[in-house]
Amino acid sequence: MSHVGIVLVSHSEKAAAGICEILQQVVGEIPVEAAGGLEGGEIGTNFERIQMAIQNIHNEKGTIVFYDIGSAQMNAEMAIETLGFENVHLTSAPILEGAYLAAVESSVGKNVEEIFASLNKEFK
Amino acid sequence: MKLEVSHALEWIHNINDKVQSNKDELTSLDQAIGDGDHGINMARGFQEAVNKISGEDYSDVSGVWKDVATTLMSKVGGASGPLYGTVFLKMSTAVKGAENVDFQTFSSALKEAVAGIKQRGKAEAGEKTMLDVWEPLADQMSEVQEFDRQLILDTAQASMEKTKDLVATKGRAAYLKERSKGHIDPGAMSSYYVFEALADCIKGDE
Repeated sequence: MSHVGIVLVSHSEKAAAGICEILQQVVGEIPVEAAGGLEGGEIGTNFERIQMAIQNIHNEKGTIVFYDIGSAQMNAEMAIETLGFENVHLTSAPILEGAYLAAVESSVGKNVEEIFASLNKEFK
Repeated sequence: MKLEVSHALEWIHNINDKVQSNKDELTSLDQAIGDGDHGINMARGFQEAVNKISGEDYSDVSGVWKDVATTLMSKVGGASGPLYGTVFLKMSTAVKGAENVDFQTFSSALKEAVAGIKQRGKAEAGEKTMLDVWEPLADQMSEVQEFDRQLILDTAQASMEKTKDLVATKGRAAYLKERSKGHIDPGAMSSYYVFEALADCIKGDE
């Protein structure tokens, strides 16, 4: 059975990887992918990295993309628009707490709509 | 005059020259009210854009701007990547099919660029951003019939200077509220260089 994918867009490669690590350790094997930083470990967001992360993880259950600050949102929007996949959604919920909630729900087989309802309830 | 591929290439080279030589100024403006990376990001992005267009042959202006757009989107890193990327992407689409770009087409391409900044940045005029240079410039251009170097320079400069007295309500500077007053917006400053660079390359061709 496939699970809703989670993509973490952060300015820092380490921050994105760190959150990824927390989710995998706490929730276990769910599809989560980090898209942090620029080439060479610099701080920033890169829409090609975000595209690649979505491509790696996207499945028929859909994907939810979390982001941190500033340009992360714009780059994530641009990545989603240019890929043109169905059922990829951006959320403004906090990247750590939100992704944690989404990961737990994804792991028990909830769909994108159900996860969004929980995110909206928890982080409105 | 019409904008030819050679003008489009020269424009990007000119922008890069200005951004490189004013990198520290852009960074210090951004340190005052932002996160201090604007100079570094713009310098990296436009250097990459110049590298990209230097190795290609172009048959139309649209192709030049498209490559510039995708390079800026992937290489800049800060908010200016998607925003300047969107500017050049919108302009590229607007002039598609024309080998050379006449003034009317250029003017409508500027309008498209402004619409793109608003949509991508969810911005409106008066929020102390790059839009406060792009929108008045596009509006001014829609009222004239020909490329006018001095008008481009004057409009860009006056609009850029006006951002000094604005209170930021968008971007990182918005956290500073009233304290953002008294500083020129870094995105408005870099936008001024973009138009100064344009004015430079239509010099002598008017």
